[in-house]
Amino acid sequence: MRERLALARYVLTENPVNLAALLLLAILLFSALLGPALVPYDPLATNTAIALNPPSAAHWFGTDQLGRDIFSRVVVATRIDLAIAFGAVLLSLSIGAMIGAAMGYFGGMLDRVGGRIVDVLMAFPLFALAMGVVAALGNSVSSVVYATAVINLPFYVRLARAEVSVRRGLGYVEAARIGGSSNLRILRVFLLPNILPTLVVQASVNLGWAVLNAAGLSFIGLGVRAPTPEWGIMVAEGAQFILSGRWWLAAFPGAALMLAVFCFNLLGDGLRDIVDPRSRT
Amino acid sequence: MNLLLRRLLGMIPTLAGVVIATFILTRLIPGDPAVFFTSNPTADAATVQAIREKLGLAEPLWKQFFIYVGQLLHGDLGNSITTGQPVARDMLRLLPASAELTFVAFALAVGIALPLGIAAALRPGSFVDHVSRLVSTAGVSLPTFVSGLLLIYFLYYLAGWAPEPIGRLDPFAIAPPTVTGFLLVDTLAAGDGAGFVSALRQLVLPSVTMAIFALAPLARMTRASMLGVLHSDFIRTARANGLGWRKIVFTYALRNAMLPIVTTLGLVFSYMLGANVLVERVFAWPGVGSYALNALLSLDYAPVQGFMLVMAAIFVLVNLLVDIAYTLLDPRAALLHHA
Amino acid sequence: MSATAALLAIEDLTVTFRTRAGTVHALEGVSFAIAEGEILGIVGESGSGKSVTAYGILGLLDAAARVASGRVMFGGRDLLRLSQAQLSDLRGREISIVFQNPRTALNPIRPIGLQIADVIARHDPGPAATIREKVLAVLRQVRIPDPERRLAAVPYELSGGMCQRVGIAMALACAPRLLLADEPTTGLDVTTQAVIMDLVRDSVHQRGMSAVFITHDLALASEYCDRIVVMHAGHVVEDAPVRALFAQPRHPYTAKLLASVPSAVESVDALSPIDGALPDLRRDDLPACRFSERCERRRAACDEGPIRPAPCGPDHRVACKVPL
Repeated sequence: MRERLALARYVLTENPVNLAALLLLAILLFSALLGPALVPYDPLATNTAIALNPPSAAHWFGTDQLGRDIFSRVVVATRIDLAIAFGAVLLSLSIGAMIGAAMGYFGGMLDRVGGRIVDVLMAFPLFALAMGVVAALGNSVSSVVYATAVINLPFYVRLARAEVSVRRGLGYVEAARIGGSSNLRILRVFLLPNILPTLVVQASVNLGWAVLNAAGLSFIGLGVRAPTPEWGIMVAEGAQFILSGRWWLAAFPGAALMLAVFCFNLLGDGLRDIVDPRSRT
Repeated sequence: MNLLLRRLLGMIPTLAGVVIATFILTRLIPGDPAVFFTSNPTADAATVQAIREKLGLAEPLWKQFFIYVGQLLHGDLGNSITTGQPVARDMLRLLPASAELTFVAFALAVGIALPLGIAAALRPGSFVDHVSRLVSTAGVSLPTFVSGLLLIYFLYYLAGWAPEPIGRLDPFAIAPPTVTGFLLVDTLAAGDGAGFVSALRQLVLPSVTMAIFALAPLARMTRASMLGVLHSDFIRTARANGLGWRKIVFTYALRNAMLPIVTTLGLVFSYMLGANVLVERVFAWPGVGSYALNALLSLDYAPVQGFMLVMAAIFVLVNLLVDIAYTLLDPRAALLHHA
Repeated sequence: MSATAALLAIEDLTVTFRTRAGTVHALEGVSFAIAEGEILGIVGESGSGKSVTAYGILGLLDAAARVASGRVMFGGRDLLRLSQAQLSDLRGREISIVFQNPRTALNPIRPIGLQIADVIARHDPGPAATIREKVLAVLRQVRIPDPERRLAAVPYELSGGMCQRVGIAMALACAPRLLLADEPTTGLDVTTQAVIMDLVRDSVHQRGMSAVFITHDLALASEYCDRIVVMHAGHVVEDAPVRALFAQPRHPYTAKLLASVPSAVESVDALSPIDGALPDLRRDDLPACRFSERCERRRAACDEGPIRPAPCGPDHRVACKVPL
């Protein structure tokens, strides 16, 4: 444990970028948790008199077509974007881990059929699948969470399956089996906790991807609806105004999106360096 | 040849799964499935009943499935309520637009990422290497729709270089007679130089947008794979025998490094198939992506289902090509079974 | 041995490696020469610098390597001063090398016929048919049966011994004057070892080449080499014809080495390992004689360096202040 902490400190100091990423994460979490209480303006309050104003001292990020303060909206949007991404990844991770572990452990028919299902899932391009899920479940935030979770599921299933396949023949598993532990117990107590680190690393790398997916889906109009502040929607609404030079409507939520994804990507890389330095690229 | 057959056969279960999945989807969608297959939301009860019988909706589910498969084999993907046309016909009409965009973007991405990755691997720590790493990290963080909008803002609004992003041809151009549906090809076939230029100009911004996101993983994988191979023992042997630089880099190193790169190419292409939807939205590109999206938002589900089927089928085909490329590149792959 | 008869002469070669953990003093003051038609063996423990010497000759050292001093004279030129282009012309044509691990030394997915043809085409270009004939000729020389069929074979289809023959074929393809063999038989079974070594020796004798055989296997060295250079921790400690070395080793390290080889003694009880371990070559305070810390014969004189091989008999040099 101590060596992990020492390694963590090394990774943080060796590459200042990692520190920057942690800082960014702190800002994001702060915005998500306390943002709505601390923003200067009500994100939903419209004021057509000051609509489409460029950034100024009063409105740091300018105002949108309904006169709403973009800064407040961007900050408040953090909560919902992060919630969707975290929710989707958590869902993917837990279900994927269980299915994958079962496939890797029991092998046989379960493995073959499961593998085929995963192949089929992966055959649908991202957005096609997401659109299908939304079509079936209706156009709501929960659909978007499920859709993003389904899109990411195959990675966790494959990873969990591979990790468990490798470990299932190891000594301590054999010992547990001889000692009379049931398969379920072996999976729950011995295997799942051991494969968790690798999966969590994959999850942290995946988080950025999940944020992108969620924003992309809202951009095309699925899931979150106006007037809820959400980065994807805000970019979509701002898109039309780019053609007339009013860049701030789309730029700031876009930048927030980029920063969030960048932050998660860096964190994911940093975490992977700590847990498994051999796979550094 | 034997291998090709085996690979083709391997495709079938996945394709079957795709068909089953889309079938389940059509039955999951709220509302009366028969309505998808009408072309008119105000169709009268008799028409709807006729369709219901044709679809066998009164029959048990498994029988419905067979009827469904039968329809697919006849090319019947249902009708779109919003266009009033059979989905299959709509998709055939719109597919070339998406395909042209995807191919150009793909060619762009490969044409930049591969040389960049190779150069970065050959000169670690150099300027090229840093550029490559920057591209790889930044590229993954930029959402496609954001980069598209940024490009529009800087190159169209500010610089005035790029044309207005309103589709495949500028409003004053006349479309050439359709031969392939690919404007670049059709304009040339019709000897329409101005049209060719116009189509090309309209393609620039959307294809660059799509290419940006694909650049990152490609450049990163190329660099990593080449670096790994360049440190191999057999490269040392090649150097020890005095082989020339070009031979070592291309015939020995690149060829051996291609395997993971080809895998990434397949992944990137499949991502592009999906990202189509976003880019077509940003640039008002009349392809299958925007078609399916508009349908979805209008609760017109047949096009959505058709879109999913076609995209998945294309992806499975692309995977097949990747597999074939594998075996051509590395004879050992032939011995490995599909995971 | 007079310098004029030497095919290759290494003079005072000193090589260091820069690593994150410090500077590794890999070679210091290494000097020896190879005569025409001679098979020279370089023996020593792992880490004694044998491979570094071989790579140094051909300029194949890692990017972290620094040649601090020395010359490698071949054909009247100092190989260390040649440009990359000149070196590239030389490699495979005048001096060739065969590596350990024959499987990884070959391109795993390229047919062996093409790999050999690549080398021939580089140094001796000509029409494809002629090159093909040459490839077949050299495959026959390394006694690969049915060479026409084997041209299309890919290394992973071949056994380790077969791969090594291909490696030797590649090295001999352009009739070099000197062949370096870096532990060519390590990892192969004993029968194959003998076959490979016979091949090397026969090729060398038939073509009038010279060879350097690097190994940690003293028994093999005694059987196939004309002279032996013993290396320890980056130093040459002894340099003598093979009979003389085995009959009367002059360096304490050589004597201990010989005593630790199973074939040299009659019973296991008589085996005596060498005390201690190789000194850490990253130290800045390495003693003048890098064996002195393990040696019973150590005197004060042993700390006064540098200690270079000096004649102690006909054609016999030893780097020791207190030779046996």
